[in-house]
Amino acid sequence: MTAVMNAQSQREKLRINDLHAFYGESHILHGIDLSIKQGELVTLLGRNGSGRTTTLRAIMNMVGKRSGSININGHETIDMPGHRIAHLGLGYCPEERGIFSSLNVEENLMLPPSVRSDGMSVEEIYAMFPNLAERRKSQGTRLSGGEQQMLAMARILRTGANILLLDEITEGLAPVIVQTLAKVLTQLKQRGLTILLVEQNFRFAAPIADRHYVMEHGHIVEEIHASELEAKTELLNIYLGV
Amino acid sequence: MATLFDINLFALSGQLLIGLINGSFYALLALGLAIIFGLLKIINFSHGALYMLGAFSAWIGLEYLQLNYWWALVLVPLGIGVFGILLERTLIRPIAHEDHLYSLLLTFGIALILQGLFTHWFGSSGLPYAIPEELQGGTRLPFMYLPNYRAWIIMFSLVVCAGTWYLIEKTKLGAYLRAGTENPQLMQAFGINVPLIVTLTYGFGAGLAGLAGVLAAPIYSVAPEMGSNILIVVFAIVVIGGMGSIGGAILTGLAMGVVEGLTKYFYPEASNTVIFLVMVLVLLTKPAGLFGKEA
Repeated sequence: MTAVMNAQSQREKLRINDLHAFYGESHILHGIDLSIKQGELVTLLGRNGSGRTTTLRAIMNMVGKRSGSININGHETIDMPGHRIAHLGLGYCPEERGIFSSLNVEENLMLPPSVRSDGMSVEEIYAMFPNLAERRKSQGTRLSGGEQQMLAMARILRTGANILLLDEITEGLAPVIVQTLAKVLTQLKQRGLTILLVEQNFRFAAPIADRHYVMEHGHIVEEIHASELEAKTELLNIYLGV
Repeated sequence: MATLFDINLFALSGQLLIGLINGSFYALLALGLAIIFGLLKIINFSHGALYMLGAFSAWIGLEYLQLNYWWALVLVPLGIGVFGILLERTLIRPIAHEDHLYSLLLTFGIALILQGLFTHWFGSSGLPYAIPEELQGGTRLPFMYLPNYRAWIIMFSLVVCAGTWYLIEKTKLGAYLRAGTENPQLMQAFGINVPLIVTLTYGFGAGLAGLAGVLAAPIYSVAPEMGSNILIVVFAIVVIGGMGSIGGAILTGLAMGVVEGLTKYFYPEASNTVIFLVMVLVLLTKPAGLFGKEA
């Protein structure tokens, strides 16, 4: 029995219990519970302001105050300083992409320190994102939106992170680039990476995700497995207001 | 006489030399201020006091500890750097999240205390510091006499400025600093210990001010208010160059020294104000400074 429990908890890469998060006086997250197993791709769906971005930022310790429990790869991180969290194997891609304008493409790519030993090599990354290779000496923010998004993804893949927190990576991008991103995510999933995706574009997320959490007003109000998606479409439409 | 179109070349080149030397100090100090402002977003009003502390440390080293100029040139910046690190950790850090006005007032207070202490201990008249033997004498050039020590200041500070520029613009450590200047929170999320980088940056900026102090000891008199006199001009230079711009601070520092020197020759009455006039003109036409990025 304990052996089974251990095997299960080993496969669990991220577990959040009763997470509360605050920006100054405003209480944004009201007791989030979620868990993600290795190799899963899980999305956080919800309207703007439902607390999805804050959930990712709370995991990275980028909010004003947080309480509860966040267990990453078996380590409790709720009291851990922000700069140590990435080293547990996390890669964070912020909504605004966070490309540094004072750094060129290559410097942006090489900036985050390696967090695990088996990250993608620069050659592999340039093979996955050929545009970045061509523009390696360009200023980071002179890239197109799509290229910046590729760079923001490539940057965390190089570090060897095996849990990716991706915030609205398709926002404002052309359909052809969104397709490329879907391919990239599928490849990453095949490599065994664990992905938590905040996504507005449900049509992008639905075919590639294993599970969906629906958020509203800082709570998780529904958990939907990929297999239940069709049956719960109606419900989802109500939550997402589409 | 060496005159050309009514210009006295001896006097002009003399003023240019003085301008370049002042410019070297402006550049060194503006560089430290710009680095600190870039990452910590604080206007370090104690920068002048750290410069003064550097000069006094050199003087005390020579007078009481038989520590010659060359040793001072190595040890004093390290000592002032450590002093800066302590300041950052104990006083500046705790109020880092408050309005920047607080850190401005705090560093201003630190400057006043240091200046007051040194006036109390050493008086305000200024102390002499001998030019090191190896750099005494000078070279006669076609239009001027160039004292060796002054040539040394210009060369040495150029090397230090260029080295710092390279460190910040071309190395990985510099990339951390530039990125930390832009988005410290994201750097933290990438697993970089930003508070440590902030402390080291403040220490480095303080060390540069200390170094400028040692360089200045033999040519300016070592006096408690030497820092506050130069600091206002250096602030203007950082603003002209563009707040936080490293290359801008260096180039503007040197250029403003020369502009000041030229003004001393052509219209001496304006020499104390010309830099501020330039500042006003730059702010009116390019509010982010000559080398600053528009917000």
